[in-house]
Amino acid sequence: MDKTINQKAWFLVLPVFLVVAFSAVLPLMTVVNYSMQDTFGNNQFFWNGVGWFKELLDPSTDLGGRFLASLGRNLFFSLVILAIEVPLGIVVALSMPRQGWTVAACLVTLALPLLIPWNVVGTIWQIFGRPDIGLLGYTLNAMGLDYNYVANAVDAWVTVIVMDVWHWTSLVALLCYAGLKSIPEAYYQAAQIDGASRWAVFKAIQLPKMNRVLLIAVLLRFMDSFMIYTEPFVVTGGGPGNSTTFVSIELVKIALGQFDLGKAAALSLVYNLIILIVCWIFYTVMTNAGVERKAQTAKKPAAEPKPAGALQPAPALKPKEGVA
Amino acid sequence: MHSIPGRRLIMGLFLIFLMLPIYWLVNMSFKTNGEIVSTMTLWPHTPTLQHYKRIFTDESWYSGYINSLEYVVLNTIISISVALPAAYAFSRYRFLGDKHLFFWLLSNRMAPAAVYALPFFNLYSAIGLFDTPWAVALAHCIFNVPLAVWILEGFVSGVPREIDETAFLDGYSFPRFFVRILVPLIASGIGVAAFFCFMFSWVELLLARTLTSVQAKPIAAIMTRTVSAAGMDWGLLAAAGVLTIIPGALVIWFVRNYIARGFALGRV
Repeated sequence: MDKTINQKAWFLVLPVFLVVAFSAVLPLMTVVNYSMQDTFGNNQFFWNGVGWFKELLDPSTDLGGRFLASLGRNLFFSLVILAIEVPLGIVVALSMPRQGWTVAACLVTLALPLLIPWNVVGTIWQIFGRPDIGLLGYTLNAMGLDYNYVANAVDAWVTVIVMDVWHWTSLVALLCYAGLKSIPEAYYQAAQIDGASRWAVFKAIQLPKMNRVLLIAVLLRFMDSFMIYTEPFVVTGGGPGNSTTFVSIELVKIALGQFDLGKAAALSLVYNLIILIVCWIFYTVMTNAGVERKAQTAKKPAAEPKPAGALQPAPALKPKEGVA
Repeated sequence: MHSIPGRRLIMGLFLIFLMLPIYWLVNMSFKTNGEIVSTMTLWPHTPTLQHYKRIFTDESWYSGYINSLEYVVLNTIISISVALPAAYAFSRYRFLGDKHLFFWLLSNRMAPAAVYALPFFNLYSAIGLFDTPWAVALAHCIFNVPLAVWILEGFVSGVPREIDETAFLDGYSFPRFFVRILVPLIASGIGVAAFFCFMFSWVELLLARTLTSVQAKPIAAIMTRTVSAAGMDWGLLAAAGVLTIIPGALVIWFVRNYIARGFALGRV
C-alpha cells in the first residue's frame, strides 16, 4: 500500500505524542538527572558525574557485582524460558482442535493465565508449591523428593521457571495458532496429493507460515522475561539468598528499598539501553519482514507457475471422483 | 493432516497443567483456615463462604476492586481515544519522522516498569495526582497507548483506501468520516485493543502500587495485608485471588474469536 505524504498527519499523532511524552520523557529526564548525582538524604544532592556508571560496569565493586550477577541470572532465565516455551507453544498450537465448541473452550482456557494479575500468579504458585499446604509441594515431598522452594536455590529456580511456563506458554501458543489459521486449506490439499509426510508439511508449510508470529513471540517473551519482577518477587522474594534476584528486583531494592537514587538511576539507564537495543533489532527485523512480504506479493504473478504446478493434480482428480 | 499425532492427549495434559494451580486456589478459597493448615484435602470437606463474605462486606477489601476497575477503565478510555487518530495516521500517511515516532512508541511498550516506578512517584506527587486513579491510569498509558496504536494500525490497514476516498468525494468532513464510517468498520479492532488495554492495566501491579497509598489502592496491593500477627490468612488470600481472576475470564469470553489475532498485534 503506497502511503501519501501528508505532514498534517502530525495533528492526528499529537495526542499520542503528548500522552506518552508526559509519562516517558519527563520521568526519563529525572532518571538521567539522578544518575549523575549522589544523595545523603534530606534532598541534598552532589554531582557525581559518570561515577555510578563506572561502578556499575566494574564487577569488583558492590554495585557492579550485584548488577552483573543479576544480569547473568536474568539472561540465563530468559534463555531457559525461551527454550521451553517456544517448542511447547508450537506443539500446543498444533494440537488445537480444528472446529466445534472445543476451539472456543481451548482458547479461553489457554488465555486464562494471561489475564491473572501478576502478583496473583505469584500467590497461586506460592500456595501451590508449599510443602505443607500446596498440592505440588505436598505431592513431591510425599513421593520422597525433598522439595522446598524457600530454602533450596535449585527448587526456587525450578518453581520460578515452571511458573513462567505456566503463565506465558499460552501466549506463544495463541500466536502460533493465529499463524496456523492463516494457512489456506489448498496448501494442505496440495501436500496431501504430493504425499508429503507430516514432518514435511510442518517444515515446508506450517513453520514458514508461522515465521512472523514466532518472531513476535520470541521477542515479546524475551523482553518480558527480561523485565520480570512481580511473579518471582512474590514467590521467592529474590531468595534464597540472592539466587532468584533478577535485574528488576535488584533495581527496586536499590531504588525503593535503600533509596539510593543515583545508583538506581544509573542502573535504570543501562537496563533501559539493553532493552532498547533488543527492541531496535526486533523493529528492524519486523519492518524488513514486512517489506519482503510486500516484495513477494508484488512478484506474485511471475512466481505463479510454481504453486499452480503443485496444485495441478487437484483438478485432474475431479473427473475421477465423479466416476467413483 | 495439519494436526499432530496424539493431539488430544497433548492438549488435555496441557490444559490440566494450566488448570491445576487454579483449581487448588479455588479449592482453598472454600476451606476454613483450620482445614487448610491441618489436613491435605482435594476438595473442601467443610465448605465455607466466610472468606468471600468477608471480602464483600468489609469496605477496605471491596473498595480495592472498585479502585482497580476505576483506573483500568479510565486507562482503556484514554488509550483508545488517543490511539485511534494516530493509528489512522500511521496507516494512511507518511510524514516527517513517522518511523522514528513509531519506534519510540514501541520502545516505551518494552521499557521495564521498575525503571519508571520512582520517577513516576516524584512526578505524580509534584502535580498532585498521587493516590488517585488518574495517576495509575496515566502511568499505564506508557505501555498501553503504544500497544493500542499498534493493534489499531493493523486493523485500519485492513480497511481499503477506496472507502476513505469515496467518503471524501461524497463530501464527508474528516471528523464525520472518522466517527460515522471508520470507527464502525474497525469496531472489532477497537474491541480487541480495548481488551488488551484492560488486560495489561489489570495485571500490572508495580506501578499501581507505587502510585497509590490509601484512597486508590488496587486490590492486588490490598491482598498483601493477609499476613498478620496471627499468621497467614490463607483462605482469605485465596478468595481474593479467585475474585481477581473473574473479570479477566469474563472479558475474554467476548473477544475469544479475535484473541489470537490480537496477540499477534493485528499482524498475522
